[in-house]
Parts: sequence; C-alpha cells; structure tokens
Amino acid sequence: MTETINGNGYLSGSNLERILKAGHFAVTAELGPPQSADGNVIRHKAGLLKGYCDAVNLTDNQTAIVRMSSIGAGTILVQEGLEPVIQMVCRDRNRLAMQSDLLGAHAMGIRNLLCLSGDHQVFGNHPGAKNVYDIDSIQMVKMVSDMRDKHIFQCGEEMKGQQPCLFVGAAESPFAHPIDFRPYRLAKKVKAGANFIQTQLVYDINAFNDFMKKVRELGIHKDTYILAGVGPLKSPGMANYMKANVPGILIPDEIIERMKEAGAPWAGKSKDELTPDDKKARAEAWKEMGIRICIELVKELRQIEGVAGVHIMAIEWEEAIKPIVEGAGLYPRPVVPLPAPQTA
Amino acid sequence: MIVAEQKSLEEIKSLVGNAEKVLVVGCGTCVTVCFAGGAREAAIVSASLRMSSKLDGNPKEVTDVTVQRQCEWEYLDEIAAQVEAVDVVLSLGCGIGVQAIAEHFPNTWVVPGLNTTFLGLPTEQGTWVERCAACGDCLLGLTGGICPIARCSKSLLNGPCGGSIDGHCEIDDEIPCGWQLIYDRLNSKGKLDMLMDIQPPKNWSTSRDGGPRKIVREDLRLNEKEESGS
Ligand code: SF4
Ligand code: SF4
Repeated sequence: MTETINGNGYLSGSNLERILKAGHFAVTAELGPPQSADGNVIRHKAGLLKGYCDAVNLTDNQTAIVRMSSIGAGTILVQEGLEPVIQMVCRDRNRLAMQSDLLGAHAMGIRNLLCLSGDHQVFGNHPGAKNVYDIDSIQMVKMVSDMRDKHIFQCGEEMKGQQPCLFVGAAESPFAHPIDFRPYRLAKKVKAGANFIQTQLVYDINAFNDFMKKVRELGIHKDTYILAGVGPLKSPGMANYMKANVPGILIPDEIIERMKEAGAPWAGKSKDELTPDDKKARAEAWKEMGIRICIELVKELRQIEGVAGVHIMAIEWEEAIKPIVEGAGLYPRPVVPLPAPQTA
Repeated sequence: MIVAEQKSLEEIKSLVGNAEKVLVVGCGTCVTVCFAGGAREAAIVSASLRMSSKLDGNPKEVTDVTVQRQCEWEYLDEIAAQVEAVDVVLSLGCGIGVQAIAEHFPNTWVVPGLNTTFLGLPTEQGTWVERCAACGDCLLGLTGGICPIARCSKSLLNGPCGGSIDGHCEIDDEIPCGWQLIYDRLNSKGKLDMLMDIQPPKNWSTSRDGGPRKIVREDLRLNEKEESGS
C-alpha cells in the first residue's frame, strides 16, 4: 500500500471509502477483541469475516471492559489482508494520547477510524477508574479531520511529514433521547467532518424511516455515508433484554413474537424437561430466525434513500456474518482498485 | 455550597488512633447547612468517640468546638489554645477546613472527619446534588444555566451521548441526563439553535488540570503604604 494518497481523489484510500465512493452498498462487520493478548483469536475471527465485508470494526474496550487494543487488533487484520475500522472512545485517552495513537495507527496501515464517546466506566470491570473525557466525539472527529486535511495537531501546530490519512466515522443512535435532536446531532457530526456514520442497531424500520426522512430533509445524507446498524438476535430473551435495557434500541413486538415462535416446538416444556439436545436444537432454531430477520432488515434498509450500507454487529457470533451477507444478496463484495498514485 | 458527608465512626476511630486528647472542630458554614459538620454534629461525634473509647477500655478525653468558618485564619485564631492542648484535631470541616487547620497550626496533627463530596445544593429535605465542578471557565451562558461539565457523566460539550434515555443518564436511572435538561431548557426558550454550534475542545488549564489554582486581585491587595497607615 502506498503511503501517499494525495492526488488520487481519496481522503484515505481505504477500501471502505473506495466502495462507498463508487456507490456500492457497503457492508461492515464488528469484531470484539479478546480479553487477553492472544492474537490468534483475531486471526480466527478474521477468517470468518474475510471476503464477506468491506471493513471490520474493532471495538475499543467495549462496555468499559479491558480488551486487546483496537489498534493492536487492527494491525493483525491488516496483516491478514482485512481492512480494519478502529474504534476510539473519549473515555480512555486525552487529546495527546489520541493523536499519538492515530499517528501510529496510520503508520501500521490503518485507514478508518470510528470516533465514539464510549460507555461510562461504571459498566465495565474497572468501575473505580478515572475517566478522561478531555474532548468529546464531535471534537475528536474535527481534530482527526484537521490532522488529515490541514496537517495540524489539535493545538494548531503544523505537522511536518506524513499526516494520518483516516476515513473518519462517527456513530449515531437514532432513537436515543432527546429523539428530536438526533438528526441535528448527526448534522453536527457531519459538519465536524464525519465521512461516514454507523448507527445503533435498527430493528424498527418505521421509526428508522422517520429518522431518515428528517436526515434527508436536512440533506445530511449527501455529505456523509450512513451505514445502518443491524444485528442478528440470538433468542427472544436477548431481544427482550435489549429492548428493556439498552438505550436507543427499539424492537417491535412482531419481531419478538417471531423469535418466540421459532422456539415454539419446545415451548410447553419446563427447564428440567428439556434435554441438552432440545436446548441445542432450540438455540439453533432461534439463531436461524435471528439471521432470517436480520437478512430481511438489511434488504429493507437497502431500499431507504440515504442509507449507503449496513454495519452488522454480531458480537461473539461472527459466524453469522456469512449467511447474512449471502442471504441479503451482498456477496461477493465488489472490488474497487486504488488508482496508481499520481506523480507530480 | 460545599457538600460533604461524615466518614464512618470506624474510620474516624482509626484516624484518631491512639491519641488521648482529641478536639473535634466543627464548621458553621457549608457543612452545617448540609448537616455533616456543624456544632450539632461535632457534639454527636465527640460524644460517640468518648463513649466508644470507654467501651474499648481506653477512654479518651474528647471535647468539641465549632468555629464560624474553618477556612479563614481569623476564626481559627479563636481556638488556638484548645488546638494546642490536644494530641489530635478531628476536623469536621470540608477538605479546605482540614488543610487550613494543618497550615495554621503546624505543630498539630489534624485528621478529616468528613468526605468532601461536591459543590451543589439541596433539592429537597435530605437530598443534595452536584452542580459545579469549578472548571474555571464557566460555560453556563452556552447551555441555559445547566452545567454540562458537572451534570453530564461524560462532561460532553456538544450534546447528549447515545445513552440518554427517558430523561436519565445511562449510568443510573436516578441521575437526570444533563444534556436532556439542557435541551429542554433551550427548547423552552426557543434557543435550540445554540446547540448547533460546534463547541471546540475545552481549555482545561483553568481547571484542576492546570495545577493548583490561585487568584490574585491586585485591586484588593493591601499595599504596604496603605497597610502602614494612611
Ligand atoms: S461550566 Fe465550569 S464553572 Fe460553570 S458551572 Fe460548570 S463546572 Fe462550574
Ligand atoms: S446520558 Fe446524558 S448525562 Fe449521561 S453521559 Fe450521556 S449525555 Fe451525559
């Protein structure tokens, strides 16, 4: 990969950027790094995803639980021939640490970044930690864009030499509160420089349609690429839990009913009556339904004007990506070559 | 005001340790109002220490006194004799009061009886809430008088995170989301457009991050001429 992307028409030259710019419906997937130093976990999961998505998000200490760093894991993905989107949260780093890590990330061949506030540390395994929140996610988007486009550090000092060329993303949770403000917050992120957006999980297409309608009214979809978040449900219990406990996740009753129905053959039996084989079969039936619903959602999202792709979150269930992408008719993934660097 | 709460008697006892003569010093200002370290609390803590030391078979001589403000030298001067007569002072002032005693009476060992918790106010009888983090560069003019530094769990400056739900913060159903409050307030005033400006990274050097802070007001300083008598 060439270090110089200037002059080829791309901001970062990342595969994700090329796919989106070419007008293809993009597919990204999520990979949770392990709570250990074992790089083989990343290699194994990479094997499940390779060829089925355009880039892979690596979470950054997700839910405030210490895991292998997104940059470390991202470097392994680069070695494996997959393209990482490294996530970075504002909880754990101040502006110095962020910038230096991003210089390192670029040097390691990483070209996509997703800027996030991060879950509060009370949720994780170090609730007594001091949080940072030196800058917020919108300020991070601006800082990283300025590093790339203006060759300056956050302090305003000029950067001499290679700048980090990252395709900069941000997240939006369309149904978090105050719900009326969400499209405007998205507009703010795009104004700050967000090249792409990945949303919180969408199950309620009607509600998402309303959100996208507002987004189109504001014209935001013309200035950024919006990837809608989807994820296969594993069981009706998981659906109910997420609906009740995860802010900004709406799951229509109809979807929960379909998940329940998938387990209907085992429904009459109490816990003790179910043999391990029963449980296994029921789990498989649920998962199959979860994948089927997910495929339908992807197909519906694809029809919505302004949705440029999907981001599939199948945490600790990376095997689900392949059937979803195939089932949604998004396989094989298109190839958009990087043009040869132009010499002056 | 400064809001504090009392340490457990267990912890207070271990802080006082083997000292035989103990002076409990209350403060008549903030910690009186939040029922943590006023005259009443000083008398109760002092009696509890006396009693429990007797029960432990090692009776201590514990007295108490309350000054109007522990954070000003002149009020501390009033109790100089009592302070010098004991082995340890248990301050029921905020962290500033404890340090004022340590600084003013270098020969005296002083320990804290309170945990100084935040700058806030009582919202109802028995409930106090944080309102300001003393960041040194007040932003309340941008947010309708609601502080995003102290009242958003992530001190965000550009609007609510994705964890805001039904008016409360993602970390606790009992904690209002500071950004929902800001949004509602600006909305009610027809000033939502203020939220569309991107707030730049904050300069935290005016906050604790810039090191211990100091204010010098030349206009208020007594210069030598004035001091020596006009
Ligand atoms: S902006 Fe700063 S000074 Fe103003 S209330 Fe908040 S923490 Fe206090
Ligand atoms: S939920 Fe509200 S108060 Fe809590 S961190 Fe997010 S924006 Fe701040």
